[in-house]
Amino acid sequence: MTYLKSRRFIGAAFTAITMLSITRTITGNGDLTSTVTIAQALVFASPIALAGLAGIWAERAGVINIGLEGMMILGTFGAGWAGWQWGVWAGVLAGVIFGAIGGLLLAVAAVTFGVDQIIAGTAINLLALGLTKFLAILLFTNAPGGGQAQSPPIKGEIPTFTIDSIVGPLTTLHEQGIFFISDLAGIVAGLFYNLSLLTIITFLLFVMTSYLLWKTAFGLRLRSAGENPWAADSLGVKVVQFKYAAVVFSGMLAGLGGAYLSIASTIYRNGNTAGRGFIGLATMIFGDWRPGGTAAGALMFGYIDTLRLIDTGNQNVKGLILLGAIILFAIGGIMLRRARRNSAIGFLILGSVMIGAYFSATSFPPEVAQVAPYITTLLVLATASQNLRPPAADGVPYRKGDHH
Amino acid sequence: MNLRRIGMSLIAPAIGLFISLAATAVILIAIGASISTVFSSMWNYGTSPRAMSLMLNLATIYFLSALAVSIGFKMNLFNIGVNGQYVLGALAAAVVASNLTLPKVASVTITILSAMIVGALWAGIAAWLKVARGVSEVISTIMLNFIAIGIISYIIVRTPIGTETSLNIRGTKAIPETGMLRGVAFLDPGTPIYGFFFISIVVGIAYWFLLNRTRFGFDLRATGKSASAARTSGVQSNRMIVVTMLLSGAVAGLVGLPYLLGDTGSYTLQFPTDWGFTGIAIALLGRNNPLGIALGAILWAFLDISSGQLILEGVPREISTIMQGLIVIVVVISYEVVRRYQVKSEQTSVAKALEKQEASV
Repeated sequence: MTYLKSRRFIGAAFTAITMLSITRTITGNGDLTSTVTIAQALVFASPIALAGLAGIWAERAGVINIGLEGMMILGTFGAGWAGWQWGVWAGVLAGVIFGAIGGLLLAVAAVTFGVDQIIAGTAINLLALGLTKFLAILLFTNAPGGGQAQSPPIKGEIPTFTIDSIVGPLTTLHEQGIFFISDLAGIVAGLFYNLSLLTIITFLLFVMTSYLLWKTAFGLRLRSAGENPWAADSLGVKVVQFKYAAVVFSGMLAGLGGAYLSIASTIYRNGNTAGRGFIGLATMIFGDWRPGGTAAGALMFGYIDTLRLIDTGNQNVKGLILLGAIILFAIGGIMLRRARRNSAIGFLILGSVMIGAYFSATSFPPEVAQVAPYITTLLVLATASQNLRPPAADGVPYRKGDHH
Repeated sequence: MNLRRIGMSLIAPAIGLFISLAATAVILIAIGASISTVFSSMWNYGTSPRAMSLMLNLATIYFLSALAVSIGFKMNLFNIGVNGQYVLGALAAAVVASNLTLPKVASVTITILSAMIVGALWAGIAAWLKVARGVSEVISTIMLNFIAIGIISYIIVRTPIGTETSLNIRGTKAIPETGMLRGVAFLDPGTPIYGFFFISIVVGIAYWFLLNRTRFGFDLRATGKSASAARTSGVQSNRMIVVTMLLSGAVAGLVGLPYLLGDTGSYTLQFPTDWGFTGIAIALLGRNNPLGIALGAILWAFLDISSGQLILEGVPREISTIMQGLIVIVVVISYEVVRRYQVKSEQTSVAKALEKQEASV
């Protein structure tokens, strides 16, 4: 990582923790930055992050992957079935393989036959849904502990790590309620509390992707297939092979995301993905087709989901509203400094509305948090879409020698 | 030449159907089921009067959904948001209709209009985001679908609009009988065909007329074929995007109504929420042509309904979903293969004609 990049990363992390800390101090709600919250947020974020990463691989090679949802579904099924039969690691492997099959199907339709990629992806989603429901009835109905719509429990567990010497003192520090310090302590402790090996693998896959796609000749060639495949072809890049490799790997990652979901809930269940493939796609766009931004988007989804689901006193959502307002004000301020008056006014008005909501209501229903990530994504797209830069030939069918 | 063109447009779906049937047969053999029993069970039950009535009703819903999608497709707009547009439209319709005490015609007209307006407004958000902020409608409509579901569950669970319905699930209060459009029973005495069956035929004709016989339709198709050429000839592309999305959303608003006004009479938490995706698949099968879409909708509904008794043969009814998925992917691929073949054969025939000319000169 270059000096500039690491400075930007530290800056972003510092800002995020400061905002969380302000919110936590005003609301007095320790849950917002507690060890358990952060640890759980990682669990919720990882499958989405894997789907987003899968999107990056396919789209960087110029293939839009709307079929992520279907590939994830295949992954959840593979993990549930093989995990029940032969244990959890077989489940992981089967999830990856099933996802890869979905990816291969997309590659055949979109790359070999040049079918519209969004259409091919939609068809895969449909097929995956039907196939898994069908197989679930056949394989799980009469199995002990299974049912028509769910597999028997997956055997064994993925190792998780808790580093007590870090978590213990930091959690105590978090409970002190000191501005910034306690929040930082809670967040860091959360990273080392019940940390699943699969989460570590997810993190490593992000690091690997950043390196492979942006620092190696292989990555340059793969991305050239997504920017200008005809130019790449003229320089001797085997465009079709790269697209195939990228899309199949994309399927593997999405399948792993699905496997993560099944393993986290210890069974395969119909509908367990609940649109996470699409959410992964959103985080990819949110993150400008890059790993860092995609991971940030996934963490946002995971964090909000966690707060919604562990909300005992209906106070977490209220905290989120305040956090949202603070973020909107901060962005509004930045816009003002950059002399983008209209956007700034928009953000400041939205921020004020949320502040008003925060002070006028004693609690908010969980539905607010349910839709918050999607509204955030829309807001980000609405303000930043001019700055986002998708691969130039993303979604364009490629045929050798057929340049218009 | 015309016959040849019709033949070419039919050959792709024919190949697709054949291959997907073959693939289904392979799956059935693999699970040890008898192919002939399964197919004959589907055919026998699927052609019974009751099943045919159910099929036409379901096809009505699919037809409207696919029309909504295909209006966008004609202009290269991908409206994945039909789901969100129709659930909100149906909820609005349920609320409006349950509070009306007007004669049937007036009540149903107002209900339909409110569903269309709400559907159009929800699609309008995506249109605005695209035109004013450059956000791809593919992603914004997906987000809007999730938001719509959240809004609906909030309204039904936490506001007075939602009450306990007779079925012990929360939903809107029941629409009075004067506000319903139950339809007529002509195939099977116990299963009326939705009144919306006939309305959807009118919508289909209106769609055809709008696209093929009006200036707007010409501009729309022109923009879809080549946005830059259309712009050069004076079509305002931003205006076209907004109007097309609004139209698509308005038709999407209708999707839930056949079921709402013909069957449940209340929008409950169990109202289906994924007919929009079905619409995408059927629009693809039907190539955005109203007749093709109608055929696709009937095929889809036939597979859905006729698989209803398969479990008696020990085969999960989801085999029909697999068939549907296979049909879409194989048909789409064979359309592309046939298109490439056509382009190639045109090129060779032109080249031959040119050769002849040169030889005669």
